[in-house]
Amino acid sequence: MATRVIAGKTVQVNDEGFLTNPAEWTKEIAVELAKEEGLAELTPAHWKVIDYCRDAAQKMGGKSPTLRQITTGTGVSTKELFALFPKGPAKKVARIAGLGKPEGCV
Amino acid sequence: MAEETRKIAFICSKGDLDMAYPALVMGWAALGNGIDVTIFFTFWGLDIINKHRQDKLELAPVANTSMKLKMMGLPTGNLGIPNILGILPGMTAFTTWFMKKKIAEVGAPPVGEYLQMLVDGGAKLYACKMSVDMMGLKKEDFVDGVLDIVTASDFMDMTEGAQIIFI
Repeated sequence: MATRVIAGKTVQVNDEGFLTNPAEWTKEIAVELAKEEGLAELTPAHWKVIDYCRDAAQKMGGKSPTLRQITTGTGVSTKELFALFPKGPAKKVARIAGLGKPEGCV
Repeated sequence: MAEETRKIAFICSKGDLDMAYPALVMGWAALGNGIDVTIFFTFWGLDIINKHRQDKLELAPVANTSMKLKMMGLPTGNLGIPNILGILPGMTAFTTWFMKKKIAEVGAPPVGEYLQMLVDGGAKLYACKMSVDMMGLKKEDFVDGVLDIVTASDFMDMTEGAQIIFI
């Protein structure tokens, strides 16, 4: 298991750069990972999605929610979600939120 | 330095309920992973974008060798729905209802709603000109997400470099 330093904190990551221990995640880490994903700034709308994912993952035994669960759960529309996290929201949101890739298909 | 975006194109040629889902599921997964998605609807696949048909797609039990009674919770092993029963009035409605129930159980939305999700996620939808002419359809018959009615040659041009999946 590889480790790397993000926002001054040493965390465990997998080959694709996803945090493997959600408990090591901090908001500062999210900001750094977002930059790596091409998002210069995280707005309150981004945080609404990230916070929902963190919350949902905790309730679902660490599993990242699917895009449809995110839109249904937050009220953020599909269009809006793809605008907030362009080019691959499923992976981007999960990575920024310090979770694994979603396991569901929808 | 800019990485080229991966492109994937689906050709949907079937209008049965179970044949609508593969492109929806894989297309949605592709969009979620940042892959560019184009879907070309041809022949019976036009039913998936036909606003009068898309939520009325059916699954017939006759000659369906995969749909076993076991799926319905009966202890019948490999026994399918006998074809002789499949011809009875209401059997197609029954198997359609059953399949819709199974689809809903895994959290997948109905065809129309699912396709709209793909459109909202940036999928580009096109109808095949030859099929549209053959079936006497017009652009107004299709859902809003359909960008245009194009020829097979147009499709070849617009999918240069894409991975193509025929369904």
